[in-house]
Amino acid sequence: MSTLAYDTTAMVGRQLQRVRHNPGLQILTQTMPITMLLFFGYVFGSALAMPGAEYRSFLVPGLLVATAANGIMTGMFQAAQDSHRGVMDRFRTLPMSRTAVPLGQAASDLVLTAVGMVPLLLVGLAVGWRVEGSPLEAVAAVALLLLFRFATSWIGILLGLASQSEEAAGQLGGATFILPLLSNAYIPTDNLPGWLRTTAEWNPISAVTTAVRDLFGNAPVPDGAAWPVAHPVAGSLAWCGAIIAVFLPLAVRRYTRSER
Amino acid sequence: MTTTYAVLSEGLEKRFRDVRALRGLDLAVAEGTVCGVLGPNGAGKTTAVRVLATLLRPDAGSARIAGHDLVREPDAVRRAIGVTGQYASVDGDLTGRENLRLFAKLHRAPKASARADELLERFELAEAANRPTSTYSGGMRRRLDLAASLITRPAVLFLDEPTTGLDPASRNQIWQAVRDLAADGTTVLLTTQYLEEADRLAHDIVLVDRGRAAQRGSPAQLKALIGSYAEVVVAHADAMTAAAGVLDQLTGGEPHFDHERRAVGAVTTDPTLTLPRLVRELDAAGVPLLDASLRPPTLDDVFLRLTDRPADPKGLVA
Repeated sequence: MSTLAYDTTAMVGRQLQRVRHNPGLQILTQTMPITMLLFFGYVFGSALAMPGAEYRSFLVPGLLVATAANGIMTGMFQAAQDSHRGVMDRFRTLPMSRTAVPLGQAASDLVLTAVGMVPLLLVGLAVGWRVEGSPLEAVAAVALLLLFRFATSWIGILLGLASQSEEAAGQLGGATFILPLLSNAYIPTDNLPGWLRTTAEWNPISAVTTAVRDLFGNAPVPDGAAWPVAHPVAGSLAWCGAIIAVFLPLAVRRYTRSER
Repeated sequence: MTTTYAVLSEGLEKRFRDVRALRGLDLAVAEGTVCGVLGPNGAGKTTAVRVLATLLRPDAGSARIAGHDLVREPDAVRRAIGVTGQYASVDGDLTGRENLRLFAKLHRAPKASARADELLERFELAEAANRPTSTYSGGMRRRLDLAASLITRPAVLFLDEPTTGLDPASRNQIWQAVRDLAADGTTVLLTTQYLEEADRLAHDIVLVDRGRAAQRGSPAQLKALIGSYAEVVVAHADAMTAAAGVLDQLTGGEPHFDHERRAVGAVTTDPTLTLPRLVRELDAAGVPLLDASLRPPTLDDVFLRLTDRPADPKGLVA
């Protein structure tokens, strides 16, 4: 186990060095939700029934969760990039833990996500979002966001390892931006037609968004929602647990067994 | 005294869908020697290295590397080997120094940073050490790759076509590094398409054809087996018969005629036949010589002679 911890730490160091040399993707994924907060908050916000300031408070948790869900895209892109490069051969011929390579990627992604959350929260504060619950609940909200990010990045790592090329991964990864659109991240689901509401509420993003809103004290749990949204913290933990239980072993297996 | 083999494989087989890349490959590389695995594209050289370096699992057969079983003790094998592939296996996003430090850490090398700096110095990469390796030239990347394989002073070093695509200066640097390593007692298995490279570096050559060892021996033995090609160009067509007569006497080989170039050639395995002697004898016989050459065998000659067909340039394995 200490081998795994040591090797994973070394791989986290590698990923952070890569981002330091090529910060493009990191900057893009950090500024995107801020841009969306300003556009959605002021442009769409003016057209919604909800008052603008209230909508922006509603929107900040949604954007935090949507950003966490981007773990699929980032994970996919990085894993695909790695798996099609010669350096993987080097790692495979070293007497190191093979699990450390994907685990290092997921762990470094968590560090970057935590850092990336700060500017969005600051802009959120500037446009009127506040922590309206207890500090402990706020910490729980952040922890939940990181857990969700960790879970989604394993989906990405598996898909990235399975993808045919870096380009294919980039295109498919880009398409994941639609996932939060079919959830309550940007709009309340109460007024959606029945089947669409059910679909949106069974989207894991909805459960996590509801939980984060609840923990930050920004919006109450909606009435009459599907089970994961009606019990958002338990629902979120169940979703994250299920995703990790399925995708982490599959991704590790895929990495350790692949013969490129 | 018995020979200890650093690499010993028996009947290695590897299949990719319907392509049988290795078909029972036997290799035996004595400790502290350099073995050149020679063959055209598609002969199975790269697959052989990837199997021996634990990157691919063999479908059948067995191998011991530095005394460790390839399939049962892959981690022990990995601790004993260094690998430099055909395509640079370093991280393009990281600098040269960051790459070496990372690999040194993962190798549990004591004083990882110091070792990285020492290798950068040795391979003349100290100046470029802080640049991302994606900005390196092909030769620099290959040198860094070789440096990365030497972090722990491996007992066995695998080099897959280490000089393919390199300019002559970079090629000479790699050759010198291989000689130094061999002098230090490292066992080296290198694959190459170039007879000259195997000739210069290897104690033993294994000729691989269609996933199998077709022939093995020292460079001198292989060359003696194949012979050199003596060829003369004469001033007018009438002199070709006379030239062929002299060549027949000297080589005992069957003359080949190239009427368009007015050239006559024959294979010789006689080590006493030198170019001056060839010219003297032809001149004494009154043959009007325009050009004469005594060419060492090329990879194509080797293949023509030992497999009855030319080296396959398209790299297809039937």
